[in-house]
Amino acid sequence: MVEQRVFKVFVEVFDIPTDEDKSKLHYNEHPKWDSLAHMALVAGLETEFDCMLDMDEILDMSSFEIAVKTMENHVD
Amino acid sequence: MSIKSEPHAGNLCNLQDRVAVVTGSSRGIGFEIARVLASQGCNIVLNGVSNESAIEAAAETLRQDYGVDVLCCFGDVSDASVTADMAKAVFKKFKRLDVLVNNAGILDDGLLGMMTQDQINRTLDINVKGPINTMQAFSRLLARSPSGSIINISSIIGREGNRGQVVYGASKAAVIGATYSAAKELAAQNIRVNSIAPGYIKTDMISAVPEDTHQERLDSIAMKRIGQAEDVARTALFLASDLSLYVTGQVIGVDGGMLI
Repeated sequence: MVEQRVFKVFVEVFDIPTDEDKSKLHYNEHPKWDSLAHMALVAGLETEFDCMLDMDEILDMSSFEIAVKTMENHVD
Repeated sequence: MSIKSEPHAGNLCNLQDRVAVVTGSSRGIGFEIARVLASQGCNIVLNGVSNESAIEAAAETLRQDYGVDVLCCFGDVSDASVTADMAKAVFKKFKRLDVLVNNAGILDDGLLGMMTQDQINRTLDINVKGPINTMQAFSRLLARSPSGSIINISSIIGREGNRGQVVYGASKAAVIGATYSAAKELAAQNIRVNSIAPGYIKTDMISAVPEDTHQERLDSIAMKRIGQAEDVARTALFLASDLSLYVTGQVIGVDGGMLI
């Protein structure tokens, strides 16, 4: 469930297809995931999960997999 | 020719249900900004390092006089962990932020060759790192607002310089530089970033100014009067409100035409 919600944000923010290979979603490697997009991604995740991420979480969020693990800590 | 109706200025100043963080707001210009924003219905987050009872008293005044919700956050904004905690507290209580006023600052004059490293570091920490920390901590919350506004309080000294104020002037010039860059960076998220550069304003900060220096400064003001904290606060209201929806990356002098 968390993974689906996180992926929905990735799709919306990066404007990628819904069948995108999630294993290829890495910061500064995927063509849509640069520093500006990263902040938009963080804002999107914070809105989706109604939370505020720590600076460390933002800086460490370098892949889709890590993003899912991070957001699992923000689910009530 | 049709006449386009213009909303009443009072409506454009209306800040009902919005939330503003004002750093360094237990007294002086900071409290006056908080008071003027609260007078337009804005909920307020007060901040100060010391004198918690003064901040609590200020909060109670705003609640009683204007019926707004007030949160008190204590701590030094030059510490990034403090601003991160503040952002979480604001999110927890209000779930939103519309206005950030970076007012916290210190004035610690010294001539070149006579300033200690502690003096230099403390001034740069509070006056420069403070606003940068708060902009880092709060900008994502501000981005959720339909009209986010950051107001950085600089100084005429940051634009013109003054004898004995090399560090203070450098710190306030840095605030202007940070304002210009943040305005460009955050415009895409519809956050306006502007600075106010007050001149000679009547606050506790200038209470120690000798009488002859005081008169000299008054003589340098074209409007021939000292500025009041309210003069600065009303400019902050303009920048916080929908009156300035298309204004960003600007420095507004509130100095009565002062020449240094």
